[in-house]
Amino acid sequence: MREPISKKQGCKLYNDQRLIGKWHKNQYHIIKELGRGATGTVYLADTKAGLAALKVGQDAMSITSEVNVLKHFSKVQGDHLGPSLIDVDDVETTSGTYPFYVMEYIKGEEVIPFLRSRGGEWIGITIIQLLGDLDRLHLAGWAFGDLKPENLLMTGPPVRVRWFDVGGTTKLGRSIKEYTEFFDRGYWGLGSRKAEPTYDLFAVGMIMINCAYPSRLERKDKDNLKYLLTQVSQTSMLTAYSSVIKKALTGSYHDALHMRKDLTELIGHTSFSPEKHMVKKRSPVINKESATVNRKSYKKRVRRQQKRSSGIGETVLVASFLLLAYVLYLVGQIM
Amino acid sequence: MKKGTLRQVLLLTDGCSNAGGDPVAIAALMKEQGITVNVIGILEESQHGEHGLNEVEQIASSGGGISQIVYAKQLSQTVQMVTRKAMTQTIQGVVNKELQQILGEEHELEDLSPAKRGQVVEVVDDLGETMDLEVLILVDTSASMTKKLPMVQEALIDLSVSLRSRTGANQFSLYSFPGKRQDVEKRLGWTPHLDSLSGVFKKLTPGGLTPTGPALQEALHIFYKRMDRIEVERDERTDLEETGM
Repeated sequence: MREPISKKQGCKLYNDQRLIGKWHKNQYHIIKELGRGATGTVYLADTKAGLAALKVGQDAMSITSEVNVLKHFSKVQGDHLGPSLIDVDDVETTSGTYPFYVMEYIKGEEVIPFLRSRGGEWIGITIIQLLGDLDRLHLAGWAFGDLKPENLLMTGPPVRVRWFDVGGTTKLGRSIKEYTEFFDRGYWGLGSRKAEPTYDLFAVGMIMINCAYPSRLERKDKDNLKYLLTQVSQTSMLTAYSSVIKKALTGSYHDALHMRKDLTELIGHTSFSPEKHMVKKRSPVINKESATVNRKSYKKRVRRQQKRSSGIGETVLVASFLLLAYVLYLVGQIM
Repeated sequence: MKKGTLRQVLLLTDGCSNAGGDPVAIAALMKEQGITVNVIGILEESQHGEHGLNEVEQIASSGGGISQIVYAKQLSQTVQMVTRKAMTQTIQGVVNKELQQILGEEHELEDLSPAKRGQVVEVVDDLGETMDLEVLILVDTSASMTKKLPMVQEALIDLSVSLRSRTGANQFSLYSFPGKRQDVEKRLGWTPHLDSLSGVFKKLTPGGLTPTGPALQEALHIFYKRMDRIEVERDERTDLEETGM
């Protein structure tokens, strides 16, 4: 979210600062700032139990609201549905008392740079992982709301996308609490801001578009759907996904599972030839040996594959088989 | 049982008032009447900082509302954020008062343990979603605002998209100042949606003066009138709104 110009001074913690919670008396050692959100600042902190992320805000209302969401998630069975909540407390400083909460620290890479450095199929695989999580979230009665790359991280190995900022998570049927224009269907004139699965799936479609257009796009006066779809058709990175993106943007998928199924089938049937969008990285040497099937090294192979030139159809064929196998493996892991 | 109605004024302006009474005083009066005054100060891209926009902050703080200063381009998101925050703040104020009655003076949300806070916040969230909302939008259309009006229009339509997604009912009305003959001119009567807004700003004749005080005073009268009418015709309320006042 863009920062408004005037903003009241929040609580500032310093590197190496030690603080003790007012209520629970737990001690935290601040290591560094990790990021700033609309409701507060997140720091990396050392605790008795190891590293954790500590978010301190100025408004007890919004911080407590986020804590409520995190608490609900800990009740939802299954892994990966948001970071786990460790502690909730207040910190007393010279400038006043501020609310904070401590959650699991999720370490990872930024999504867009990660996906852009890999091949087009990785967009699909990452989105498939994300859709699995979204489906469970929706079944639990929530919409993510402010779904965008900044709220996601690529963790691993094995590579897995995870979300870490749940500030915008809203009960289904209510109005979306927080959003970012580019990912918001209301902004594009393509739907309401009601928290429902289709709202999140629209954002998923926009994340895919964001991969090809890192600087994001701005809305036009009219025909925004046509405009977005034209942009999709103009980039080789998204060609394979255009049908899925269209259905996500028009609200044709009623739940995440349907979109996930379409994507899974699509990746299985498409050969993602790396030369299309990796032209600049092409090297003239063909390493034929790397085409040998080796179960242990296939993950590494998939990565290397995009950097390697692959004029030989054979290599592409073998590689796409490997990919299919890997996708099936990943899907198996998620289920 | 009927939950109450939140009443707000949303004032969009780009500078200091220079005609009529003191808007800060009127805002204080409105707060006493249970009407929150929120102010958004709109800057030109070339402008820097908050110079000359002190009044924006003062009006909002005496009106029990929220102020925000933005560039025209960021307006859409800000308008909806300010409206929503102000709603939460108002409800929180009410809940805090209740808390004080139960727990005694000097007890506020912050004095509760984090565990108990969670329950209170859930109630506040619930109310924010379900209470009825009335927003009177006051747009400064003095000469310097002319270029920003398309952005204002866009932001207001966007606000309508956001608020319509709530469970509770919404009513908007739109006034601009200065008007042709009076201080304030009615652009749109009370309506549940702002879609009818397109074109509203087209036939404007920008004036030089900025009578913010009188404009707020007029807003107060409009709310008085509305509250009286609702009081009298509460049973026919839905009828009344549909015939389009």
